[in-house]
Parts: sequence; C-alpha cells; structure tokens
Amino acid sequence: MSWLTLGELIHTTLVFATAIIFASLGGVFSEKSGVTNLGLEGLMVFGAFAAGVGGFYAEQAGLGGTSAAWVGVLSAAVFGILVSLIHAVASITFKADQVISGIVINFLAAGSTLYMVKLLFEGDGDTGRIQGFSEISIPYLVDIPILGKAFFQAYPTTYLAILLVIIGYFTLYKTPFGLRLRSVGEHPGAADTVGIKVNRLRYIGVMISGALAGIGGATITLTTTNMFSHNTVSGQGYIAIAAMIFGKWNPLGAFGAAVFFGFSQAIRNYVQLFAWSQSIPQEIIFMLPYLLTIIVLVAAVGRSRAPAALGQLYDPSKR
Amino acid sequence: MANLLKIFTKDSFVLALVSIILGLLLGAVVMLIGGYDPIVAYSALFSRVYGDSYNFGEAIREMTPLILTGLAFAFAARAGLFNIGGEGQFLVGMTAASIVGIKLHGLPAIIHAPLAIIAGAVFGGLWAAIAGYLKAKRGVNEVITCIMMNWIGLYLANLVINQFALMEGENRSVDILPSASISIEWLSQMMGNARVHWGTVIAVLAAVFFYIFMWKTKQGYELRAVGFNQDASRYAGMNVNRNIVKAMFISGVFAGLAGAFEVLGVFHYQSVMAGSPGTGFDGIAVALIGMNNPFGVLLGSVLFGTLTYGSAGMSFSADVPPEIIRVVIGSIIFFIAAQGIVRWVVKPLYSKRKKEKVL
Repeated sequence: MSWLTLGELIHTTLVFATAIIFASLGGVFSEKSGVTNLGLEGLMVFGAFAAGVGGFYAEQAGLGGTSAAWVGVLSAAVFGILVSLIHAVASITFKADQVISGIVINFLAAGSTLYMVKLLFEGDGDTGRIQGFSEISIPYLVDIPILGKAFFQAYPTTYLAILLVIIGYFTLYKTPFGLRLRSVGEHPGAADTVGIKVNRLRYIGVMISGALAGIGGATITLTTTNMFSHNTVSGQGYIAIAAMIFGKWNPLGAFGAAVFFGFSQAIRNYVQLFAWSQSIPQEIIFMLPYLLTIIVLVAAVGRSRAPAALGQLYDPSKR
Repeated sequence: MANLLKIFTKDSFVLALVSIILGLLLGAVVMLIGGYDPIVAYSALFSRVYGDSYNFGEAIREMTPLILTGLAFAFAARAGLFNIGGEGQFLVGMTAASIVGIKLHGLPAIIHAPLAIIAGAVFGGLWAAIAGYLKAKRGVNEVITCIMMNWIGLYLANLVINQFALMEGENRSVDILPSASISIEWLSQMMGNARVHWGTVIAVLAAVFFYIFMWKTKQGYELRAVGFNQDASRYAGMNVNRNIVKAMFISGVFAGLAGAFEVLGVFHYQSVMAGSPGTGFDGIAVALIGMNNPFGVLLGSVLFGTLTYGSAGMSFSADVPPEIIRVVIGSIIFFIAAQGIVRWVVKPLYSKRKKEKVL
C-alpha cells in the first residue's frame, strides 16, 4: 500500500465514522443519565429526514450550498430533540420500559418519515437531490504530505463531531452539570437526597441524545447520500449503540470505537484493490468489521460496566 | 385451562385492547392530517385480509414467521436477556434449511422435510448461543454481539448461497427438492394458491411448548429465576451461565425455525439479500405487543400480520401510503409500554362500573 492510499484510507475512515461519532456520543449522554436509548437508529432516521427536507427547502429558498446544509443540520437537531421527547415522556414520566420506548422510536421513524416524504414530495419515496456539504481544506496544513489529505481536508461535520466529543468529555467529567448527570445515572436516590432534580436531568440527557443522533443522521444525508430515502441510515444507529457500549460509555471511548467502525468499513473498500483479495469472496470482506468487533471485545475489552442505574425507573418512594 | 387463562389477567387484556384502539385512532388522526379518509383506509385494510380466501391464506403465511421471531424475543426476555439478534438467527436458520433442502438427494419427504426443519432450528439456536456463550463466559454484552451477528449472518447467508447453491444467472438459490417442501398442497389449492404451509401449525405448537417449558418445568423455572435475579439464582445453586446459553439457544431455535419455514413452505428458494429482511426486528414488536407471553405473541402476530398485510390493500384501493401502519404499530407498542397513559384513559370507565355495582 502506498503512502498516498494510506492518507485516503484515513480520510474515508473519518467520513464513515462521523455519523456514528455523533450518535454514539448522544447515546452516552442519555445512558449516563440512566436512560437506555435503543432508539438511536430511529433518531438518526428522523435526523436524516429532517436534514433532507430542511436542506431541500433551504436550497429552494435560494440559500447557497453550505448555508442550506447548515439549515439541514439545525432542523435535524431540533427534530431529533422533539422526537426524543417521546422517549423521555414515556420512559421518565409515564414509567414505561425504556427498552420498549426506544424501540418504539425506531418503529415510528421507519414508517412516519417515509409517510411524510411521500406527502411532501407527491408520492416519491425520497427527497429531491440536495447539494449538502462539500469538503473544506485547512490552508497550509492540507499541504503536509499524506497527513494533510488525511486530516485537514474533510467535511465540516467531521470537525464538528470531533469538537463535540471534546466538549462532551469535559462537560461530563469536568463540570458540575456533568457530575450531576452521572450521579443521576449511578445512584438517583443519593442524587435526589442532595437536591438534584433526577427527572429533569434525565430529560436533558435524552434530549441531548436526540439532538446529537439527529445530527448524526443529518451528516449521512448531507455528505454521503445527498438525499433522504428509506435506506439512508440502514443500521448505523445500531452500530452507534455498539460503539457506545464498546467505548464503555465514555465520549472518548465511543469516539475511538466509532473510528474503529469507520476504519473497518473504509478498509473493505481498499482491500479490494489488492490482487490477493480477488481470491477472497467479497462477503467475507463485508463481514470483517463485525467479526473484528467481536474478536476485539472478547480478547481485549471484556466486561464493560454500564451506569449502575441504567434502565431503572426512579421512584422516590423506594429510596 | 384455568391456569392458562390466569396469565391473561383481565387487566392486561383491557390495557392491550385499549392500546390497540388508541393506536388505530392515532393512525386515523395522522391520515386525516395527510388528507386521507381513515374509514376508507381501514376498511380497505381489513377487507383485504378477511375478504377472500387467497388473501386470508397469504395473511396467515405472513403471520407465521412473526409468531416465531416474536417467541424468540419473548423467550430470551423471560430469562432476562435482550435478543436483538433474531434477524441473524432467522437468516442462518433459513440458510441451513436451504442447504439441506437442496443438497440431500434421494430422501423420502417424511425424512427430508423434518431434517431440513431441524437443521434450520439447530443452526438458528447455535447462532444465538454464540452470543449467550460470550455473555456467560466473557461478560460481553449480548446486545452488541447480537447486532454484529446480525450482519455476519446476512453476509454468511449470501456467501453460502453464492458458493454452493446459486442458480446460474440469478440472484437466488436453485429450488429446494420437492421432498423438502412443507407446503400444504390441498389447502393451497382450496385457497387460490395461497402459500400455506405446515410451519404455521408448528409455530402454534411452539407457543404451547414455550408456555409448558417456561411455567411447568424445572428448567423453565430456573430460566425465569435467572431472569429475575442472577445473584439470587446463583446463591440458590443454579448454574447461571449455563442457563444464559440455554435460553439463548432455545430463543435462536424459534428464530431459526421462522427462517426455515420461509424457504421450505413459502418461497422454495433463498434470495441473495442486499439487506436484512427485518423479520427479526418485527418479532420484537410482536413480543412487546404480546407482553412477552407466548399466547400474547400469537395474538400480537395476528394483529401485526393483519395490519402489515392489509396495508398493501390500503394503498391499492384507498391510495394511502402503507407506511402509516408502522406508525399505528409503533403507537400501539407505545401505549402498551406507557400503561400510565392508558390507565388514565380507562379510569373513568372503571369507576363508573364500580358505582353501578354499589347501586
């Protein structure tokens, strides 16, 4: 493999990883507050949909390329928050099983986005083609051989994702808000005793996950597919859940896991360039990322510990 | 029978019924917002399913894999496990049944068909047991392994079909041998060639097996105990790890059967798939509607099958996008899960009835 393709491999890795970084970071915020979020896939679908529709109408209204795309990102975040409220209301206020209400989100997403797309676009199964983001390169740095192409020419959403991981990490571990959020996920009874509003923090955790997963879905629409249709997200939300668990519910860990998934998706495009790979059935190459994950989990990571109160209702009378 | 009915308490039955009504109402509201007539749409839906014998047979065919993937999820859930891998187990079971159905020549039907079914069941079970084993022995979260195993199962199924059983020039396997077919020819002819098969009977028997195993045997008791509280079960001398693997295996057997029946009873060949068929995920919805109870799963799959199969008729004759039905099903599950809302709706009815009794 030449050095040039190595640079491209890193670049492709980051493109694939971006959506998963956003969504798994969102999952971390929800689950750190004690609310299981299996609805990441659905939230991503809603985000991808909102980005498609928002971006489309922004372009129709005459906004230039990138600013229309940012409208798409913003609509995805807002829509993600709104939808995540269904999960929050059901599982926090009405004490529904958190696993179930997460799955409900996935179910609603699959049906309702396609229904709405058909209503808005006169029976078509997808939004019209949109411009989306184009890659930006950081002046001077991009000229560094190999690394320049790899790290300093990317979609703006990739930089945003990395920035949010750092912000997310500091928020969770270095601010009073983060301490409170984690305490609610570890021991809500104790948190309540010292005057922390358990349910309010859990609502915030779920809403942050909605915004981030929504943006995650948006990045797929706005950078890779340039339209929304029923198979835009196709399982990446589940991968994000895996990345969150794999990363041990830590923003940096989730980031690392997301990059790992991005890498294993990217490498499967590159393996095919080599002559020796012709003798391997391509299904085996497609399997690689998932096989690798299991092997890594079994060999190195092992037992991962979820937040102690994850998935549990908080009932003050049982304190 | 009295015991059997006891698990269907009146309360849970009423809650489920009200949830279904609320879900249908919500779907109607969404249709009205979209400018469609919900009455026309729903009557088109139900008349498609229950209007003629062909469509009725096909609807039953649609319900069959849902019963089994629903049972798969519910069985694991009773043991405290989250089997999100029904999808992969379904595909692996399907592939095993295909290979046995295609490759084993010269067997009489009475041996060949059961053998293909057993192959599907065993491989589905083993596929799930991998996730169970990794959880028990290595502490790896079963959700993440199941998600990975779904993808691996998809590509493995395609690999096996492409390598060993591909029909030349087509994106599917060759047909299974007639001796492996489990179609019910005479019934199918009576129902206008609807693809009815013996798998439906086995699926219903599987629900009965689920009930007896879970609530009438020592092993079922252990599984439920582990599901309630692992530490207490360990203290009571139960082998928690073995129970986890066992629960996943049986759960996978159900999903594997679902896959086997699709090949042996319905299509008689296996397609090379671009993506997961989604039957495993639909099974989760069915199990949730049925509240992880085997007979609830049967009713849940009747409801789910009716709505999804009928939704096509809704789009034919009333021009309503069929996707709306996913919203209806989603809200039904939502209301069943968030019982607080439903209780609040039902409350006035209950108090009125009590007053009448007092008078």
